[in-house]
Amino acid sequence: MDRNRLHNQVASMRRSLFDQGYLDDQFIQLEELQDDTNPNFVQEVVTLFYNDSARLIQNIEQALNSGPIDFCKLDDYMHQFKGSSSSIGAKKVTNECTAFREYCNAENAEGCIRSFQQVKQEYAILKRKLEVYLQTVRQASQTA
Amino acid sequence: MNVSSVKGSMSISSSTSTWKAGDTISDQFPAGLRVLVVDDDPTCLMILEKMLIACLYKVTKCNRAETALSKLRENKNGYDIVLSDVHMPDMDGFKLLEHIGLEMDLPVIMMSADDGKQVVMKGVTHGACDYLIKPVRIEALKNIWQHVVRKRKNEWKEFEQSGSVEEGDRQPKQSDDADYSSSANEGNWKGSKKRKDEEEETDERDDTSTLKKPRVVWSVELHQQFVAAVNQLGIDKAVPKKILELMNVPGLTRENVASHLQKYRLYLRRLSGVSQHQSNLSTIISAQDPTFGSLSSLSGLDLQTLAATGQLPAQSLARLQAAGLGRATAKSGIPITLVDQRNIFSFENPKLRFGEGQQQHMTNKQQVNLLHGIPTTMEPKQLVSLRHAAQSIGNMNMQVPPHGAQNSQNNPLLMQMGQQQQQSRGQILVDSTINHAPRLSSSMGQPILSNGIATNVSSRNGIPENIRAPGYSQTPSMLNFPVNHASELPGNSFALGSTPGVSILTSKGAFQEDVNSEIKGSGGLMPSYDVFNDLNQHKPQSWELQNVGMAFDTSQHSNSLQGNLDLTQSALGQQGFSSGQMNGHNRSAAVANKAMFSTGDVKELGSAQNVNQHLNNLLVDNTIRIKSERVCDTSPANIFPDHFGQDDLMSALLKQQESVASSENEFDFDGYSMNNIPV
Repeated sequence: MDRNRLHNQVASMRRSLFDQGYLDDQFIQLEELQDDTNPNFVQEVVTLFYNDSARLIQNIEQALNSGPIDFCKLDDYMHQFKGSSSSIGAKKVTNECTAFREYCNAENAEGCIRSFQQVKQEYAILKRKLEVYLQTVRQASQTA
Repeated sequence: MNVSSVKGSMSISSSTSTWKAGDTISDQFPAGLRVLVVDDDPTCLMILEKMLIACLYKVTKCNRAETALSKLRENKNGYDIVLSDVHMPDMDGFKLLEHIGLEMDLPVIMMSADDGKQVVMKGVTHGACDYLIKPVRIEALKNIWQHVVRKRKNEWKEFEQSGSVEEGDRQPKQSDDADYSSSANEGNWKGSKKRKDEEEETDERDDTSTLKKPRVVWSVELHQQFVAAVNQLGIDKAVPKKILELMNVPGLTRENVASHLQKYRLYLRRLSGVSQHQSNLSTIISAQDPTFGSLSSLSGLDLQTLAATGQLPAQSLARLQAAGLGRATAKSGIPITLVDQRNIFSFENPKLRFGEGQQQHMTNKQQVNLLHGIPTTMEPKQLVSLRHAAQSIGNMNMQVPPHGAQNSQNNPLLMQMGQQQQQSRGQILVDSTINHAPRLSSSMGQPILSNGIATNVSSRNGIPENIRAPGYSQTPSMLNFPVNHASELPGNSFALGSTPGVSILTSKGAFQEDVNSEIKGSGGLMPSYDVFNDLNQHKPQSWELQNVGMAFDTSQHSNSLQGNLDLTQSALGQQGFSSGQMNGHNRSAAVANKAMFSTGDVKELGSAQNVNQHLNNLLVDNTIRIKSERVCDTSPANIFPDHFGQDDLMSALLKQQESVASSENEFDFDGYSMNNIPV
């Protein structure tokens, strides 16, 4: 029963992530790439994303806080970040990135700063949710 | 590839890792496609890699553009396609794209989260073959192999066009994959894609790729040197590098030699296969028509004349034409094909190409000359057209000869060749052999006929025999250049003097008419040679036809060609070519002789003429050869071996000059062995 419960839990968590717009179709692509030869692929990718994007977040932070804002560079960083987040299917995060870039293009410093806060927030929320989700997935597979 | 089945079957290793450019497409294609993916984002890179593996591709990943470039440089043939991100820290993705395009010429797909129109446009203008928006889905990756196929196909086509590719010769490497068109598999991928512009550009030979190298004109001498080197090394062992060393020609690059060698090989192959193809010629010719049509008078005329003389096996004509035309016609597979392969023009394809490829210069001049010494005063353009004409003549030959259909064409062409050798010839050959004929007569001034075509044959330098004139047994429509039609021409030693040519012509002439009248009857197909006899006046020998078509001196030909042309014409006329064009020359054997465009004559032609003659000879040779194959009875020496390669032509011509009775067209002489033209 435990196993079933876990599986059900995984299923419902997953469904809600999608329903609430945290994840999109790209995440399914990742799931589909996972197979016996790569049983933890999704986990690996997500981990990689969060590790790598932390660096980008920091860069943007710095660019926003240090002196006159270099919008070009900012846009560049954000572009990369957006590419990364979209590749794992982080829907909300990606959307916020788009908003940020618009402010950036408009050279709206304040808009950029505010928008970036949103980005960071969504980024953090998703991180937490995914951690829980993937953990549950692991547990479910272990109790198979 | 069924990606969905990938799961659980990740057997990349099982995929064909041997699938490489140039190889036959494996059955498992696109499995094993070697992909190089470049992206500075590790998350994306990891996902892409996994996806590509899931598609059963062989993946190599890099996170830096520099690394990617060095990997590519290290192993130029190690990858089939590159996937690159646009935004990279060390190098702009577009820059990388440019580098790859220039250095390796691999298909490159750009990727970016940016879907702005400008960026996508930039990708297009920089030469990306596709642009994917991130996040990339696996479905998009499943189809990237199409770009590889497409590119190869285009390259191959280019290569083909550049003239040496002949359909016949391409070894079809058919992959089981239905998606691949045969062309993609044929020939060599690696063929140097030299694009020969057939028509107008005659001299320009665009190199494949983006770099343009100066064209090398394969003059007769140069070609002779080349052939000598190849023979010295042994055809199997002859590699461009060694050949280059042996030749020791300053300024000649390995690439030049390589492409020339390629054509030469095709020519040889064609020579050996000529006998088998007889019918192809006709088909080819028809196919060629369009091409020929474009031929401007030039070569067409010459060729035509040649063709008309029947002497020139269609192939020879083609060859000549090709030569004259300078490759342009190469593609057309040279009219020679007209003659249904037999005609020799089997040569055409390869040959023309060969000639064409070889020389650019030849083409112009040579072509004209090839045409049978048709005086090629043609300017380069003319040559081109001559070439075309030659080709067409080739076609004509083909046509002339029995091929019925072709004959008519050939004849006129031949006639024309004789006459005009000018560019218009090109045209003539091409399509309307008959039409051409008239032209021929006009331009040629019928001197050909007067030449006593029969005699000319012998003068033809050698072509004579081969020129069996369209009379090839084949259905002579092939005016085949007497050229290499070795088999058919019964040992014609195409002594130009001896009217073997005439016979050819006659036979050819007949063809023209409608060809199929195989001039055979004429016995000496070499009618066309006579034509050349007149032309002969020129220096006999130098018919270095080798470059068939290569060195035709257009200028000179005026006389010789004329003579030849006349012959052709007359031959043609005599043959009963429908071509009324033959100035009314008697279609009799004389014409035949002429048709044979006396290779010998050709020789006589001064440089220009020689060339013409050569052309003629070559053509003749070829035709002859062709004829021999086809024409059972006439046995004009096949002057032109199947591959009416320039070499063949040249040699043929030369040989003919020297000894008309040269042996069969096998490709014995250096180049063209003009078989004796049975007189």
